[in-house]
Amino acid sequence: MAFTATINKAPTAIPTELARGRGGGGPAPKRTVVAYGFWIFILGDMVMFSALFAAFAVLRSNTAGGPTGAELFDLRSVFIETMCLLLSSYTCGLGALSAERRKPSRFLLFGVATFVLGSAFLVIEATEFARMVEMGAGPSRSAFLSAFFTLVGMHGVHVTGGLIALIYLAAQAIAMGLQPAVLRRLLCWSLFWHALDIVWVGVFTLVYLMGDFR
Amino acid sequence: MLGKLTWAAIPFNEPLPLVSGAVVVLIILAILAFITVKGWWPYLWREWLTSVDHKRIGVMYMVLGLVMLLRGFADAIMMRTQQMIAVGDAQGYLVPEHYDQIFSAHGTIMIFFVAMPLVIGLMNFAVPLQLGVRDVAFPTLNSVSFWLTATGALLVNMSLVIGVFSRASWWGYPPLSGLAFSPDVGVDYYLWSLQISGVGTLLTGINFVTTILKLRAPGMTYMRMPVFCWTALAANLLIVAAFPVLTATFAMLLLDRYLDMHFFTNDLGGNQMMYANLFWAWGHPEVYILVLPAFGVFSEVAATFSGKGLFSYRSMVWATLGICILSFMVWLHHFFTMGAGADVNAVFGIMSSIIAVPTGVKIFNWLFTMFRGKIDFKTPMVWLVAFMITFMIGGVTGVLLAVPPVDFVVHNSAFLVAHFHNVIIGGVVFGAFAGYYYWFPKAFGFTLDERFGMASIWCWVIGFWLAFTPLYMLGLMGMTRRLQHIADPSWQPLLIVAEVGAIVIFAGILCQIAQLYVSIRTREQRRDLTGDPWNGRTLEWSTPSPPPPYNFATLPRVETIDAFWHMKRTGRAPVEPVYEPIEMPRNSPAGFVTAFFAVIMGFSLIWHIWWLAILGFLAAVIVVLIAGWNIEREHEISTAEVAQMEQAR
Repeated sequence: MAFTATINKAPTAIPTELARGRGGGGPAPKRTVVAYGFWIFILGDMVMFSALFAAFAVLRSNTAGGPTGAELFDLRSVFIETMCLLLSSYTCGLGALSAERRKPSRFLLFGVATFVLGSAFLVIEATEFARMVEMGAGPSRSAFLSAFFTLVGMHGVHVTGGLIALIYLAAQAIAMGLQPAVLRRLLCWSLFWHALDIVWVGVFTLVYLMGDFR
Repeated sequence: MLGKLTWAAIPFNEPLPLVSGAVVVLIILAILAFITVKGWWPYLWREWLTSVDHKRIGVMYMVLGLVMLLRGFADAIMMRTQQMIAVGDAQGYLVPEHYDQIFSAHGTIMIFFVAMPLVIGLMNFAVPLQLGVRDVAFPTLNSVSFWLTATGALLVNMSLVIGVFSRASWWGYPPLSGLAFSPDVGVDYYLWSLQISGVGTLLTGINFVTTILKLRAPGMTYMRMPVFCWTALAANLLIVAAFPVLTATFAMLLLDRYLDMHFFTNDLGGNQMMYANLFWAWGHPEVYILVLPAFGVFSEVAATFSGKGLFSYRSMVWATLGICILSFMVWLHHFFTMGAGADVNAVFGIMSSIIAVPTGVKIFNWLFTMFRGKIDFKTPMVWLVAFMITFMIGGVTGVLLAVPPVDFVVHNSAFLVAHFHNVIIGGVVFGAFAGYYYWFPKAFGFTLDERFGMASIWCWVIGFWLAFTPLYMLGLMGMTRRLQHIADPSWQPLLIVAEVGAIVIFAGILCQIAQLYVSIRTREQRRDLTGDPWNGRTLEWSTPSPPPPYNFATLPRVETIDAFWHMKRTGRAPVEPVYEPIEMPRNSPAGFVTAFFAVIMGFSLIWHIWWLAILGFLAAVIVVLIAGWNIEREHEISTAEVAQMEQAR
């Protein structure tokens, strides 16, 4: 019987350690290694953001007589901004699925959508920053504003870097096709983009919502 | 056009830094000229500078660490000499301006550019070999890591000749390190060199966590990994979890200095204690990043030279992981006197005492490994004994300092200075030296001279105790750290003893240089033809010395802990001689070229040469993008070549 044959063969084909999940199965395939390394990178990036969040939490009430968050934030535009980023994560996910299914044109379509939504997010953020600086509430006005601009700005820098990387990877996908090396990078890129979304959820809650109702 | 950079940056009116700087520049130029005359550039470029082989990169890290050790030691002996002679009416030969730069540079260099390269170098060299694989997870990234670390070291040394270095000590507390009190480029040299090398270190951490968790020989389960790999895993997890905090903290200080922000300033709501907290939230894990791999080296050494397996492997692993977690819960003991209150201080005092427990477990494990072993007192083993005695006393004074009321009395004193030198020299430096002697024959194919090795150990240990016992005593007598001038003449005799100690350590360093020279001259007689000079236990000793680029023609099959020992005992060949083509990563200039532009970027940022900084940054990014376009990064070693290399063993 085929079933018994498989069972009899199993001990020689798969080391028992592997079956028990103790990591004795030899080097992992490249795709696993690359994605795993990128997860560790994201972990490090999250630690950096957590230091900036901590600094913001310490300094949020040190307004030095300057404007507070409640006076500065325009929750309506921040909400639109947030929706842009969340939607871009959705299109990013659809793009990643299309790439996995080797559908280059659909992948590019969703890539463009992600890029547009990400850019819209950045434009709204830049407008908000410019408005605040114009009001005299720039990063050198108080410790609170230093921490605000650094935390939110660092997220913005990450989004900018992500958009540049998206162009680069789309160019690779066009030039080389959706081959395994390109797919591995796209996988990492989508992990990065979703991680930025998670950071933004923290920013939206801790900086804007809690700042507004204080 | 050139920002703040003018001819005034070169210290023409200060003969001491000018002459020492000029000598260093001349030595470097002489070395470069020598390489050019000998025509070694193509070889260096092909085999080393662009190499992505973890063994080559490990060796380069070690060279960087040892060269910078000389620089850091020069700073140390200058400070000792100043404190010895500048007593009472005498002012010594170093003005405060200069003295402050020296102690800042000494600490910065010793931690970031000596201790870190030494432990990362050992991990690079040994971990993939011990895991039974061909390279790390991301070989090109590994090369980038090394060259970014070298960039940081170069920037620190540039400050010797162009401009000044930080005078705000190796941790750069604001507000002293802020723009208001340190308006010159010193702190910027400090910050940018550590930011750039910190990126390199973070990439190393990512690389090694991935390597250890995802790339191991078939059958090597977690509980069959050599202890050095466990300690390397713990250290690299700490790197990934701690270094981003340092990056963020330095970024905030840079924003204070460059964009007039107020994270740590005295005015407009800045908070200096936040810097202390963030810095030590990185800084305490950092000491374990350094010392855990040293513990790993000693575990390998203890088992190998006692001729028996490590006592209680499992408790060693759990102690390592325990330290890894506890190291994040003790940072506040670096500033008990900040006024956090009795309850907070009590918690951190207790945690700081608790972290000594797993370390004590390790000491007993090493002792019981030696117990009833057939001990072979080769140099690495003698380093282990020297370490256990020295480190133990350093640990005990550490537990003393962990008690907040005691800390209030001796904080910021020479007692503290003696304590952390006791654990860092006695732990990290001795461990790095033990690893250097232990793996040298594996890296180069010949052993190091034993007599000079023993002489260097005795000089280091005796010199260490002569140099630092007086500091323990002076600290209890009330001497604070970082004194450029000693007001109390009764302290002078002890300071003279400390100076003698530093000179004895210097004799130890000279012995090591002589040892290297003699060993290279007599290398033909000391060839290691077996690949296993110490009767080793782990997989690196199953390869020839030096190992071929691919390490293992066939990945070994691991069935037990101490896999190679088991193979020797059961008479099984470590590898079946079935040769097949091997895919190896190609050499890549990406690391070297990126670092070249990173130097330009860092230097221009320090001197506010904005256009050049932007160009340097863009060039570095473009190099990375070009390197990323090249997907075919592997080349194949054919069956015939593999067979030829294997039969040459």
